[in-house]
Amino acid sequence: MNPRMMMATTVRVLAQLRQDPRSIALILVVPAALLAFFYYLFDNETLRPGAPRTFDRVGLIMLAIFPFIVMFLITSITMLRERTSGTLERLLTTPIHKADLLFGYAIAFSIAATLQALVSTAVAYWAFGLSVAGSPWLVILVAVLTSVLGVALGLLASAFAHTEFQAVQFMPVVVIPQLLLCGLFVARDSMNGVLQAISNLLPLSYSVEALQQIAENMDPTSTMWGDVLIVAAFVVCGLILASLTLRRRTA
Amino acid sequence: MPSAGAHRAGRIVSATALSVQNLHVVRGKKPVLQDVSATVPTGAVVGLLGPSGSGKTTLLRACVGVQRISSGSITVLGLPAGTASLRETVGYVTQAASVYKDLTVEENVRYFAAIHGRSRIEATTAISDVGLSKLAKRTAQSLSGGQFSRVSLACALVTAPRLLMLDEPTVGLDPVLRADLWAQFAQLSTNGTTLVVSSHVMEEASHCDSLLLLRAGRLLAALTPGQLRERGQSEDLELAFLHLIQSTDVEFTDSAQDGAA
Repeated sequence: MNPRMMMATTVRVLAQLRQDPRSIALILVVPAALLAFFYYLFDNETLRPGAPRTFDRVGLIMLAIFPFIVMFLITSITMLRERTSGTLERLLTTPIHKADLLFGYAIAFSIAATLQALVSTAVAYWAFGLSVAGSPWLVILVAVLTSVLGVALGLLASAFAHTEFQAVQFMPVVVIPQLLLCGLFVARDSMNGVLQAISNLLPLSYSVEALQQIAENMDPTSTMWGDVLIVAAFVVCGLILASLTLRRRTA
Repeated sequence: MPSAGAHRAGRIVSATALSVQNLHVVRGKKPVLQDVSATVPTGAVVGLLGPSGSGKTTLLRACVGVQRISSGSITVLGLPAGTASLRETVGYVTQAASVYKDLTVEENVRYFAAIHGRSRIEATTAISDVGLSKLAKRTAQSLSGGQFSRVSLACALVTAPRLLMLDEPTVGLDPVLRADLWAQFAQLSTNGTTLVVSSHVMEEASHCDSLLLLRAGRLLAALTPGQLRERGQSEDLELAFLHLIQSTDVEFTDSAQDGAA
């Protein structure tokens, strides 16, 4: 790993992103807008006294899930463009290490993901009065980490795609099972054994659990920190795996 | 008609920049290169010529170490092709200009400069070397085809390679630009850079010190432009090449080692 090459890559990817207002809008505006839809969807619900609003339970989780999906898509397509434009092959004839390239990408998109988390969390708290027991900074931490997870999985998925069309096909394969099994629709402990076992292997489950912990507890719990570590480990493993799939020498 | 290449060919160069021995490459199930052996002397401008599909790109890719080879050996600047340290000293310009279309000329060149630890000043010099100074702030996709491929060239020049492999760099350029580019290659070679330039246009051969003629994955001949005219019995290099093909089709198998570069 070489910090100079990694930073050069980060600067370059951010410069590319800056040239692309649509992607910026997709990153910064779309998750917040989806959150607004979600809020108004449950605007008229009648609650038992003392029960939390759906928005406080599920909207909180959406703070992590929308960015996860958006970053997965943007990263996998961007990385694929690098492959199809021939720039990847060219880069692999230069001294840059494969990990410098992927971590450079990951840092650039993580910066974007952090801005994204700040925007949508601010909207959730100030516009829609999100109320959870734990600290908003922990919510932001988990939201950022989950979108970085989207970045890492997107980079990994792009290794197995040859066209942009194939990259998009990974959405239903990689993203949707995680959505179904993460504990959003059905609590994980009430799933049958097989589904629960699969759910335990999927990183998004741990993001959701971390957010549920933040929602219920004033102070960060050890379960929450454990979840955060697991998701971070998935991120690092995803990036390392993705860099192993880059082949300098091809047939 | 005396040509520049014929004069330059007389130069004596001792060291070998690139040496290919009995190279075989199979892609899919199809043999793409068969028993190719060639040497490129340091500081020479060597033309890699042959029709489309003759294996030029595969040979270049093998030399820069991104092509899996079946057998044989390639030595680049004294090291086996694909050695990590060679990525500092060997430049490769792919056939399809591989630069970032959404970045400016300057951002593209600076990125490759940064990877090689070169300064911004060197990036500016490389941009002016390819005549794009005035367009430095424009995005690559807003440039014409010829300008676009020169961005790709600048990204290679900025790294100051000792060996520069160029895959069809002049394709689609107008005659003036082509002449400019060849003059630039000659300049680079005077400064000690070794260049391997592929092309399917035989006229370009006259700009080279020596030629490697590929056909259907085999090395047809390694000779100077002058020798090609002689052996092909024509002043027109295109015709000479055709004649050479016809004469060698008969004794194709043992012609590979013919003619030293």
